[in-house]
Amino acid sequence: MSGLMKVSSNPHIRAKSSTAKIMLTVVIALLPTTGFGIYNFGIRAAMIIAISVATTVLTEFLYEKICKKKVTVGDFSAVVTGLLLALNLPVSVPWWIPVVGGIFAILVVKMLFGGLGQNFMNPALAARCFLLISFTSIMTNFDCDAYTGATPLASLKAGEGVNAMDMILGRTAGTIGETSMIAIVIGACILILAGIIDLKVPGSYIVSFAVFVSLFAYLNGINVNGAYLSAQLAGGGLMLGAFFMATDYVTRPVTKKGQYVYGIFLGFLTAIFRIFGASAEGVSYAIIIGNLLVPLIEKYTMPKAFGKGGERS
Amino acid sequence: MSKQSSAGERLINGIIKENPTFVLTLGMCPTLAVTTSAMNGLGMGLTTMVVLALSNMIISALRNVIPDKVRIPAFIVIIASFVTVMQLLLQGFLPSLYDSLGIYIPLIVVNCIILGRAEAYASKNPVIPSLFDGIGMGLGFSLALTCIGAVREILGAGEVFGFRIMPDSYVPFSIFVMAPGAFFVLATLTAIQNKIKINGEKKGKDMSRIQSGCSEDCFSCGKAGCCEHKFYDTDEKEGK
Repeated sequence: MSGLMKVSSNPHIRAKSSTAKIMLTVVIALLPTTGFGIYNFGIRAAMIIAISVATTVLTEFLYEKICKKKVTVGDFSAVVTGLLLALNLPVSVPWWIPVVGGIFAILVVKMLFGGLGQNFMNPALAARCFLLISFTSIMTNFDCDAYTGATPLASLKAGEGVNAMDMILGRTAGTIGETSMIAIVIGACILILAGIIDLKVPGSYIVSFAVFVSLFAYLNGINVNGAYLSAQLAGGGLMLGAFFMATDYVTRPVTKKGQYVYGIFLGFLTAIFRIFGASAEGVSYAIIIGNLLVPLIEKYTMPKAFGKGGERS
Repeated sequence: MSKQSSAGERLINGIIKENPTFVLTLGMCPTLAVTTSAMNGLGMGLTTMVVLALSNMIISALRNVIPDKVRIPAFIVIIASFVTVMQLLLQGFLPSLYDSLGIYIPLIVVNCIILGRAEAYASKNPVIPSLFDGIGMGLGFSLALTCIGAVREILGAGEVFGFRIMPDSYVPFSIFVMAPGAFFVLATLTAIQNKIKINGEKKGKDMSRIQSGCSEDCFSCGKAGCCEHKFYDTDEKEGK
């Protein structure tokens, strides 16, 4: 035997997990939320989800075919993006909204920056914000067959009382996937038990959000009590964002300390947006701004190599 | 090619070879800020063109009089005078355009295309080529701004120059008339322009003169240190 023996690039650790397996686990973990969304909002929700997932997968496939790149549709990451995008849409949107959002998420945010692992912000959230800015009235219309009127967070902001129990169960208006705290937490448990995510980012996010939102609400002259706090925690996209989007491997910091900093920063931003912002929501914008700061966070929380640094030289 | 470039050559250079927006990426502030509609883009482009042509002409005429050490202040005074003239003319005769362009009219003074051309071309070339250099660059700038404005207006409002061209059922992407839309459209148009250029190179045409980002005009490219050219060597190269 002659010739060069090539060693593939590191890491050389052998593990059973692969991108496809991780992404498939995320899809499974999203199933309770998806299922509840369809149960809650009807068959139309299933249609929106199907269109969204089909668009993201097809966009990735066509882009890679046209640009003669390796087709990576099999790793399920486009499915996760499409699913998360659909779960972030209200059920009343026309059919072309998930199509536009899916194309933007995959083509602009993911593929043009180099595909999986290279995107600088979460594609699903970037697409949601793109749609939210472009089609504000469509994207904030939460009227549907099951519910009319404002989302619980909007009512809360307007100073009305809300039923926190309904919010935890998910029987409220909102986007397809954000309403049920219970379904999201079940999915999060699947991810944590499977070792896909840990509690560093979601935990620090939710705790810091609770602290900051109480503080800001108090400063703003709102009577903070248990019902208010639980409504803030269960309402809007906080749970979905904290467990499924802030934890995205690509767009969260890799350092341990950095993940805490990132989570606390997200909580701080979300609280500011919810209390002082014009809209009642703030999770999407908080996470994409957090994504942009990840390189900076990593730079300052990079652990010192053994032998470097320290008091003595 | 003779040492003195012909008028036609200067025009083509400004519009295509060294298009200030897509090739030199100069003057990004008005490019991104005022191109919310095709009309605004065209108005801004033509205003800049007039200032650019006239200031190029005067600077070229005075090139042997202006002392080298104070040339930048001298150029700025000349440019600012023409900008003031244009501002008053627009205010008097086209008040609606004046209102929609707003602060970006006085800011033409600091548009780097104008100072860039004064420094790189007009200050060392005769009057007539300098005038046409200004007109060519100005037309290239107007063309680019009108294109960006038109695309943003079509997507963001369904109209071009105020005429509805999209069907009534079209829901405008309002993000395209906001700041992010300017970046999307500029990036896409530059990418298309680069694609055409690269395809041209593959077919064996001599496209080496059309460079993106870092053109021969090193004064403008912002990465002057990265390439082999010295500063301001445009004319020497063209003279060969």
